[in-house]
Amino acid sequence: MTSIETVTRAEICAVACAEIFSGAGEIMASPMSPMSIIGARLAKLTTEPDLLLSDGEALLFAETPPLGGKAPIEGWIPFRRVFDVVASGRRHVVMGANQIDRFGNQNLSAFGSLQQPTRQMFGVRGAPGNTINHATSYWVARHTKRVFTDRVDIVSGVGYDKVDATNPAYRFHHLHRVVTNLGVFDFGGPGHTMRARSLHPGVTADEVAANTSFEIAGLAEAGRTRQPTAEELRLIREVLDPKKIRETEVPS
Amino acid sequence: MRDKRMSLDEVVGELRSGMTIGLGGWGSRRKPMALVRAILRSDITDLTVVSYGGPDLGLLCSAGKVRKAYYGFVSLDSAPFYDPWFAEARTSGALAAREMDEGMLKCGLEAAAARLPFLPIRAGLGSDVPNFWEGELKTVESPYPVDGTPETLIAMPALNLDAALVHLNLGDQHGNAAYTGVDPYFDDLFCLAAQRRYVAVERVVETEELVKTVPLQALLLNRMMVDGVVEAPGGAHFTLAADDYGRDEKFQKHYVESAKTPETWQLFIDTYLTGSEEQYQAAVRRFAEEA
Repeated sequence: MTSIETVTRAEICAVACAEIFSGAGEIMASPMSPMSIIGARLAKLTTEPDLLLSDGEALLFAETPPLGGKAPIEGWIPFRRVFDVVASGRRHVVMGANQIDRFGNQNLSAFGSLQQPTRQMFGVRGAPGNTINHATSYWVARHTKRVFTDRVDIVSGVGYDKVDATNPAYRFHHLHRVVTNLGVFDFGGPGHTMRARSLHPGVTADEVAANTSFEIAGLAEAGRTRQPTAEELRLIREVLDPKKIRETEVPS
Repeated sequence: MRDKRMSLDEVVGELRSGMTIGLGGWGSRRKPMALVRAILRSDITDLTVVSYGGPDLGLLCSAGKVRKAYYGFVSLDSAPFYDPWFAEARTSGALAAREMDEGMLKCGLEAAAARLPFLPIRAGLGSDVPNFWEGELKTVESPYPVDGTPETLIAMPALNLDAALVHLNLGDQHGNAAYTGVDPYFDDLFCLAAQRRYVAVERVVETEELVKTVPLQALLLNRMMVDGVVEAPGGAHFTLAADDYGRDEKFQKHYVESAKTPETWQLFIDTYLTGSEEQYQAAVRRFAEEA
């Protein structure tokens, strides 16, 4: 018996990550962290059965395994084919971010200057290609001012103020959602700025404002992130993440 | 048909300081590490490296051999993910970074493989990638407008290589070679983009055995794509070389830990990087037994 009363913040986040894929259809879901992986798999097991999910390496799952688990496969997706999928647009990626600004510019490359950074991370990885080609969302496990900053040091993921409206090459750019441990956001604010869609139960607008360097549109009016259904709770707790890895990303 | 078998040091004997060298594999996966170790033993330096970077790039940076790097990312693929020597080279400003989207690296190798000056690609637009390239990266306007407006795209220049170094699982003495894991990575493109092409393999076998062992689709390299073949068992260590072996996570962590002080790094060099490849493999076996 799953108890609605004991729903954790991590479980709210998992459902919010699943809703990133609502209406996505028959495309490749590419979540890059445990919470967004739980979300994508939850979406596939509930409302989005046609999603394609990989093992993060080169195999396409025919069935939906638990976090870290194996499953029968239905196809092959080595890295070079992933780049073909990126260019085709039939993909929705959920990346992490070291920094995100109010227009959705994202950094996972390095801090400091381009040629002599103060801290080196991954480099831009696939972020430029992802953001210019297909739907992109972000998952941030710790919503802080350091992450949600006025200006990112290096633009890896392209934000709305970088879009050249006179150049049709930018027409596929779409930042869909930002899900954090505090709430659900998009870029539907004035001039494509970050806007609050909902705050998780127990989170106040003041708490979000205090942890964000810039003003978030619609913060005062934002409603509550919805509770998981009993079926979603069962899938999260018993099928997808019985080891509660989600709680290590977002502690209760 | 030519017998192309060589030793690791013979391959490095054909390389020169200042060359542009492509390294196959991906992150900490099937990297030509034995060939990288052979470069570390040589006095070759001032290299321009093209790579989906991992500890290959890190080790070359540890010896100050990299002047310029073209890469989509640099990752160890497991915690702590960021390569310490690449980070040191970057934060000290020791190399010129030509950072790019991962898909741009594939695109640039494909342009070189087809002897084209560039290929158009959407990835890179609007990001800081053009700023990393300090004027080297241009755009190109399509002669075919969409609804009256032409698209302007990144003109990804050909990544022409003086030499390519790759590691595969199985090959013959003529340069036919195959991978046995789940992913070919981009090793065929690296070879097609290069003037001189060197493949290290876990095992050299007769051609007949090679083609009987793997499906046709796994025969990644043919004779036109290879100049030298090195038999180097364990030659991708400490990266993975599926299906022959997985990543040596303990040793990779030891590499990262050793990079933390000059003293521990000198010990790492003395233990693993000053002798021959055989001595490296013996020291690695001792490490596994003691760990």
